[in-house]
Order: sequence, then structure tokens, then C-alpha cells
Amino acid sequence: MNKLSYSEIFEKSKNNDDGIFIPFIVAGDPDYKTSLEIAKTLVDNGADALEIGFPFSDPVADGPSVQNADIRAFDGGMTIAKCFEFLKELREYTDKPFGLLLYYNLVYKHGIDEFYKKLSEVGVNAVLIADLPPEEADDAIKAANNHDLEQIFIVSQATSNERLKDITKIVGGFIYIASVMGTTGARGEVEHNTTELIKRIRSHTDIPLCVGFGISKPEHVKEVLDAGADGAIVGSALINIIADNLENEDVMFAEIADYITLMKDATKE
Amino acid sequence: MKYDGKFGKYGGIFVPELLIPAIEELEEAFYKFKDNKEFVEELNFYLKEFAGRPTGLYYAENLSKELGCRIYLKREDMLHTGAHKINNAIGQGLLAKYMGKTQLIAETGAGQHGIATAVIGAKLGLDVKVFMGSTDVERQKLNVFRMELSGAEVIPVDMGSKTLKDSINEAFRYWISNLDTTHYLIGTTMGPHPYPSMVKYFQSVIGKEAREQILELEGKLPDTVIACVGGGSNAMGIFSGFVDDETVNLIGVEAGGEGTDTLDHGATITKGTEGILHGSLSIILQSEEGQISETSSVSAGLDYPGVGPEHAYLHSINRAQYVPINNDEALDALKILCETEGIIPALESSHAIAYAVKYAKKEENKGKTIIVNLSGRGDKDMFTVAKELGVEI
Repeated sequence: MNKLSYSEIFEKSKNNDDGIFIPFIVAGDPDYKTSLEIAKTLVDNGADALEIGFPFSDPVADGPSVQNADIRAFDGGMTIAKCFEFLKELREYTDKPFGLLLYYNLVYKHGIDEFYKKLSEVGVNAVLIADLPPEEADDAIKAANNHDLEQIFIVSQATSNERLKDITKIVGGFIYIASVMGTTGARGEVEHNTTELIKRIRSHTDIPLCVGFGISKPEHVKEVLDAGADGAIVGSALINIIADNLENEDVMFAEIADYITLMKDATKE
Repeated sequence: MKYDGKFGKYGGIFVPELLIPAIEELEEAFYKFKDNKEFVEELNFYLKEFAGRPTGLYYAENLSKELGCRIYLKREDMLHTGAHKINNAIGQGLLAKYMGKTQLIAETGAGQHGIATAVIGAKLGLDVKVFMGSTDVERQKLNVFRMELSGAEVIPVDMGSKTLKDSINEAFRYWISNLDTTHYLIGTTMGPHPYPSMVKYFQSVIGKEAREQILELEGKLPDTVIACVGGGSNAMGIFSGFVDDETVNLIGVEAGGEGTDTLDHGATITKGTEGILHGSLSIILQSEEGQISETSSVSAGLDYPGVGPEHAYLHSINRAQYVPINNDEALDALKILCETEGIIPALESSHAIAYAVKYAKKEENKGKTIIVNLSGRGDKDMFTVAKELGVEI
């Protein structure tokens, strides 16, 4: 299937006067088949794009929800080779953009350019590498350019304006704003200075901004969009629904569908 | 950043963006204070009066006679808390204090780095949290108790292989969430820049002393320097004193575990490939797809699938050799040193002793002068050793 670009979906959302909603799952959690069905459920219920993680043995930037998702994926027989198949199969189902979130060793071991080439072939749009700051990213950016992929980078409250300026020069797709100083994970409230952070970044760039880390409720989505962000990313809260319903898949899919609908609706308010 | 932290192509800063400001702050502080007069005086005071430096370079006469070589032991085992780890803990602990941090966190495998961090935290009035794999908590109970006595909180880590690698993951996660108050006191020459350079700097006192001592005792440089390598801090410490002396052979000894033809070992340079783990590009043990391997060794301190990037570099330019010693050989060496010299080495250091014995027995090495870095003492390992020898205590 053809794929939409990030700029196309951001453009469309501007016209619709809503925000972009991006759920995150780990490919293969809890197993290949179920995970693929989950991804389709996300697409069918209003996800504008998908953020997909490749399971890694040592995910230092992730909290317990994603760590356990990685472990379930491994236990379910997931491999990196199967992750490529997963993306290929999912691309046949939807034209929505796919962004990957993964750790650099998986890319490096494979051969950086070769890895990006394969990602491009299976219809991926963008790549965010959790442990690859701009200082070390030259090879990855080159590979992304070679294969028509966008390289996404994270910024946080601790990112200085000077550094932010450098990041806006190299980032593709959108800027991923980490709303909390911490690992990934669902939290009760959006950190109070997130609004200021979004405004600060917005004052430096017109690149679309998506906020992740700690977003779990409709009011969080509304809050970050009101502050000027273009989209919201939700990972752990969704992954917790998977973890809590491993014994009853019907309930799992129903709850995921409800949750995604609710979160997408929040982008329209 | 001031420097890129590269040793040849190895090293670097492979960390989440959220850590970058902390890494920048640390780099700036390290290069500022390492030459600050007050800092240097305080560091030297603690190394001498608190840790017990300088340590001796001890001629192992009985062992030497038996092997037909001249074997010297650098007695890091005589330091406060029982291992070289205290050198680095004092250095970084002080640095944290100068930076205005109120809490130290550390990872630990054998517990030696954990206890070193715990005591310097107690001395300097800093809170201490030590992350330790639950497998290691079990096999190093004595050190857990010592850490707790010194006021540290020991946090068992139940993820993955429940050993050193997993405790490092958890320490990084905690650090990301507590950057303002907390210094992550990494115990070895791995991690993102500036850690490999900084830990080497604080451990280089070993090599500096050893070089002066051997010149005084023998009137010449040694032929060979041997040290065990997990992450590689004691080895980098002693190697740093001799790396510019091209005639001196440098040999790092890795954990051969149950044998490097099995999967149960920690012989990273011997069996590993290039990759990124815990903040730097180095040599690591990993699967074909780049997942990090679980390792195995009788010594918790060598049970790690990575190695400091500068070791990968010294290996790549052929300046140092890296060899494996398996569990049985290390245990035999521990007994040999107890029986010939009356010194009980740590299981980690026993790997270095074991290779020294093997090396000295080779015909071409007869009569050579060898320094072995006796990085720690074996008190902590007595339960493990007794169990391995089938003795109940």
C-alpha cells in the first residue's frame, strides 16, 4: 500500500482542526499474531500514525511497562527479522505513517545503511533511536537520507535553546517532546511545566511537535494540544491494557478500541 | 561537549537525549576540578588517610621461585573496603560534592564498588543508593550487609539476567529521573564519555605507583603487566602507567566461565563483536541480531557482556592482549596464592593470578619480571569458594 507522509497527516489535521494521535506498541507484544491484530485495531479506531518499538534486551530509556512488553515479545518468539515482516504485513493494511522507536545496537549490528534500506522497503516513514543523540547521529542521518526516511530526535525541558536550534536543523518528520524528565511510563498528571516547554520550542520552530512520555489520559492530550503541540504519543498506558488482559483477548481488543477512540476524540475538542 | 570521548573509533556518547545535559555538566566539572588545587589536595588526603595509599608492590618470593620468574603483586587488596574500587569512588564522590550533588547512585556486581560508594557517601555526607542484580545480592550477601551498615540503600534488580548489566540499566533509569540531585558513580571504565576517561584518571594512581616502585625495586621496567578485566578499571589503572613503555607487555584477563567454547562466560574481547552498550561503542557479547548476551562467571565482578572502550582500542591497535581464564583455573589460582604466599585474592584477581602462572610456565617467559595487579581481596568470596570446593561453612 502507498504510505502517507507525516507532513501530509499534519497538513490534514490542520485543515480538520484536530490534533494527531499516535499510539506506541512493541512489535510482537505479546506475540506476532496478536500484536499485528492490536496494530490494526489502533489504525481502525482513529490512530493517525503508529509508533512501533523493536524489542531490545537492555532498554535503558524505558520504564517497566515497555521493558515488560519487550520481554513478552521475546517470550512470544519475536525477533528483529520478524519485526521487518511485521511492518511489511502492516503496511499492506494501512497507509498511515509508521515511526520506529528502537535502540542503536540493533541498527549498528545489522549495518546502519542496510538496516535503513530494509526499513524503507517495508514502508517505514521515520526512525527515532532512543540512545543516539545528534552528536553520534551522522551515519544514521546519512542512511536516512539515502533511503528516504526521516530521522526524529527527542527534546526535553533540559534541552537548551542553543541545542534545540541544532536539533531543528537535522530533525525530520516531527520533534518528539519528552514531557517528563524520566523513563517512559504512564503518569497521573502531565508535568506542570510541559505547557511552557511546548511554547518555548514552538517559538523556535515551525516543525510539527508531538509530545510523549507520561501521556495517558484524554485531558493530557487536550492539555498538550492546547499548549501548541501538533500531536500526542501514548505508549505505556496502551501497553498496560495489553498486559492486563493477556488471558482474555476479546476484552483486550475491546478495551484498546475504546481507549484509542477516547484519546483520538480528545484531539478534536 | 568539550571532547568526543573517542579512543580510535571506540567510546562516544550513546545516551538518551535526556541525559545529555547531565553528561555535559559532569564533563565540565571533571575537567575543571581535576586540576583544582583544593580538589587535588582533598583527593590525595582521602587516598592516603582514608583508603590507605600507596599500596605496596610485593615481591611474591615463594611463587616466583616455584615458577622461575620474578612476580610482583600490586597490593590493591590492602585498601580500605578491600579493592581498587575505592580509588575511583573517592574521586567521583568528591567530584559529586564539588558539583553540589546530594546523592550518589552506583551499580555493583561483586559488591566491591557498591561498598566503596557506600563508605565514601557516609564519609562525605551524601545519600547512597546501590543497584544490584538480585542474583548478585544472593551470592554477595556479606557485601550487601556491609553496604547497609554504612547507610546505603541496596536496591535488588530483578530484570534480565539479574546481574551487573541489569543493575547498570536500572541505575541509568533512576539517574534520568533524578539528574538535579544525583551523581551516577559508575564503577568502571565503561559508559558514555566522560566516564571511561574519568575512571581511568582516578585509577591511574595504581599504574603511577607501580611504575615508580618497580623501577626502585628492580632498576628496570617489568616485562609484563597482567590484570583482570570485567569493565576494565583496575586493568586500565595499572596499564596507564606502562602503556607508553613499548617494551612492556600488557595482558588483560577475562572471565572464561565454563569455557569460551560454551555460552557461559564473560570473555568479551576474546569472543565479542563491535556494538553499543551502556553509552559507548566497544566490543560486546551479543546475538546475531544485536541483543545483548547474558554472561556467566564464578566472579560476579567479571560477569559483564561489555568492556571499556579504551580496552577495545588497545586491543585493536595490538597494544594489549586479552585472554580468557575459566572458573576452575581461577579457583586453582586462588588456592595457589593462599598456599604459597598467604594471600587470599578476590575471585576476580584470581583470574589474573591464574594467567600469570600459565604465562610464567611457558619456556620463553622464564626469568621474566611480571607485575600482577592484585585488584582485591577474597574475603567477600569465601562462601562462593567453599561452595565450589564442596566445603560447608
